[in-house]
Amino acid sequence: MVEYLLEANSLTTSFKIDGEYYPAVDDVSIRIRQNEVLALVGESGSGKSATAFSLMGLHRHARVTGEVFFQGKDLLKNNERQMNKIRGGDIAMIFQDPMTALNPLMKIKHQIQETLRIHGTGKKSERESYTIELLDRVGIPRPERVAEAYPHELSGGMRQRVVIAIAIANRPKLLIADEPTTALDVTIQAQILDLIRELQDDLGSGVLLITHDLGVVAEMADRVAVMYAGQIVEVAPVRELFMNPQHPYTRSLLNSLPSEEQLGSKLHVIQGVVPALNKMDRDGCRFAPRIPWISAEEHEHQPKLREIAPGHQVRCTCYKNFHLNTSMDHGAVEQRVEAHQMEEGGVDRR
Amino acid sequence: MIKFTLRRLLITFPQLVLLSILVFFLGSLMPGDALSGMIDPSIPAEAIQARREALGLDNPWYIQYRDWVVAMFQGDFGNSIFHQRPVLDVIGDRLLNTIWLSLFSVFIIYLIGLPLGLISGRYKDSLLDSAITGYTYLGFATPTFVFGLVLLWIFGYHFGVFPTNGSVAAGLEPGSLDYILSKINHLILPSFSIALIGLVGTVQYLRSGVIEAQQKDYVMLARAKGVKSTALYVKHIFRNAIIPIAAFFGYELVGLLGGSIFIEWVYAYPGMGALFLESISTRDFSVANVLILFYGFLTILGALLSDIILSIVDPRIRIK
Repeated sequence: MVEYLLEANSLTTSFKIDGEYYPAVDDVSIRIRQNEVLALVGESGSGKSATAFSLMGLHRHARVTGEVFFQGKDLLKNNERQMNKIRGGDIAMIFQDPMTALNPLMKIKHQIQETLRIHGTGKKSERESYTIELLDRVGIPRPERVAEAYPHELSGGMRQRVVIAIAIANRPKLLIADEPTTALDVTIQAQILDLIRELQDDLGSGVLLITHDLGVVAEMADRVAVMYAGQIVEVAPVRELFMNPQHPYTRSLLNSLPSEEQLGSKLHVIQGVVPALNKMDRDGCRFAPRIPWISAEEHEHQPKLREIAPGHQVRCTCYKNFHLNTSMDHGAVEQRVEAHQMEEGGVDRR
Repeated sequence: MIKFTLRRLLITFPQLVLLSILVFFLGSLMPGDALSGMIDPSIPAEAIQARREALGLDNPWYIQYRDWVVAMFQGDFGNSIFHQRPVLDVIGDRLLNTIWLSLFSVFIIYLIGLPLGLISGRYKDSLLDSAITGYTYLGFATPTFVFGLVLLWIFGYHFGVFPTNGSVAAGLEPGSLDYILSKINHLILPSFSIALIGLVGTVQYLRSGVIEAQQKDYVMLARAKGVKSTALYVKHIFRNAIIPIAAFFGYELVGLLGGSIFIEWVYAYPGMGALFLESISTRDFSVANVLILFYGFLTILGALLSDIILSIVDPRIRIK
C-alpha cells in the first residue's frame, strides 16, 4: 500500500436528480505511483472530471463513498479544514478552461500569492520574488509585468501557464490535470503538455491526467484507465493499450482516430451517446446499447474488471467475441441507437 | 482616468443641447401658456396680448428657445411666472431637500440591501433565503406610495413617533442643532418608505450574482487552492457579485433625485418632485424647462458616475 501515492478504492460519487441519487462515478478504483502519469480517458459525461473533483473533495452537493488513501490517510474522512490544507498543497489541480479559471478582479500575482500564503510556502518577504520565479518557471516572458497584470490582459496560453504556476506553487505530490489542453489551440497544446511533463519530472509528482484526446495519452501517460458511463472499463500500460486494446469501447475509441491505413475511407464513429445519469441501465454491460450487433449472451450480467495480463484489466466478457462493425451499414446502426435513445428520453446529464 | 472623465463630460454637452431643444419643442405643442391660467374677465384681451408680447410668448418656439438660451448663458434662468420669483430661487429651496432625501434613501438601501442580498445568495434555499426572497416579491408588488401611506399611518398617525409632513419643524433657527435634528427626523419616514421598497432590486440582483459566481470556474480553482469558506466568499464570490450593483449606483442615486415624486407628495415633503408636478399643471414652463434640463443633466451624470465606479471595481473596464 505504501508504494502508491494515491489509492482510491470503490470511489462512488452520486448526484441528486429529482430527489434521487445517481452515481456518476461508479465503483472506481485507481492507483497512482510517485512519478507516474495515469491518464483517465473517456468521452464527455463519462465521469472523468467527477472522479477528479471527488478525489479533491470539491463536490458540494454530491454523496461520495469509498476510500481515497493519500499518504496513508483516507481523504474522504477528512473535514473541510483538513482538506483545505491538502488542496493546493500536496494535491493541486490544473483546470480545463484558462479563460474562466482565474478571478477576473485579482492581479495574477495575488492569485499566486494567495495559495502560497494559505500553505505557508516561503517567508512573507520572499513571496513576491518567488511569484516572479514561478511565472518564469512556467515559461512566461517578462514575468515582472505579467505578475502585475489582470487575467483579461493575457492570452489563453499565458493564462493556462498561470493556472499551472498556481498548481505547482507549493510543489504538490499529486497533480490532477483536468483536460489541461482542451481549450487551447493546437500549437499551444504541445507547449503546455511539454511544460507539464517537464514540471512533473522536476517535482517527481504523480499526475492524474484527464483527457479525451488519445494523442495526448500516447505522448504523456505511463498507464491508462478508460472510463465509460462512470465505470472503468479497461486499465493497461500505455503501450499495451495502444497495441492490444481489448474492451469494445477502447477499441472503438482507437478506431475513431484518423489513421493512414484508413486513408480515403470514412472516419469511424461510435454511434449514440453516453446514457443519461438517471436513465441508465445499471445491470449488464453499459456499452452494450452502442454495439447492438453483439448479442446479449456475450455480455456479462454484472460485469467485473478482470486481469487478463499483468497490469491489464478489462470489464465484461463481451471483448472476447467483439468485432468492429464494419460490414453493417451505418444507417441501420444509427436507427437502432436512436430507438434506444428514445427509450431513454434523451435527458442530458450535468 | 481624468481624460476619460473629461471626454465623457464633453460628450454630455451636445446631449444636453438636444434635450433642451426637444423639451422646448414639446412644451410649445401643449395648449395654453403661463398666462392662460390667469385670465381674469376684467382684464381686457388687448392687455393680455400686450403682456404676451412683452414676455415674448407669442413668438415661435425656436425664437423663444434662442432667447432662453441667450439669457441662460448670461446667468438668467428667467422668472417663474406662477411664483413671481427667479426660477433658480424656486428650485434652490427644493433641491437641497430632495438631495438629502435621496442620499438618505440610497444609504439605507445599501445598508440593508447589501447584507440581505449576500445572505440570501449564500444560504440559497434556506429558511432565511425564502423569507428574504418572499419580502422582495412583496416589495416588487407594492407601489411606493401605498407603502408610504401605510408607514405614514402606522408611525406618523397611529404611534405618532414621526412627523407626517414638511421637511423641518417651524420656528427653528437654520443651522442650529435642533434644526438639523428636526430635518433628520422629518427624513426618516419618507426615506424608509423609498428604501424598503427600493432595495428589493438590489437584493435580487445580488442574490443571483452570488449564486452565479459560486458556480464559476475561478471559485472552483480558489477552492482547489485551499481557500477557506469565508475568504472564498469575501474575495472571490462577493466581489464579483457586487459588480452589477456598483454599476447601478449612479443610476440609482440619480433615479431617486428625480423619482421620489410620489413619496414627496404623500409626506407633503417640499422637494423637486412636487415642484415639477406643480409647474407642469400650471404651465409654468420656465420652471419645468429648467427642471427637465436638470434631470437630463443628472441622468447623464449618473451614467458617468456609474461608468467611473464600474471602472474602479472591474479592471476589465478600465480605460487607459
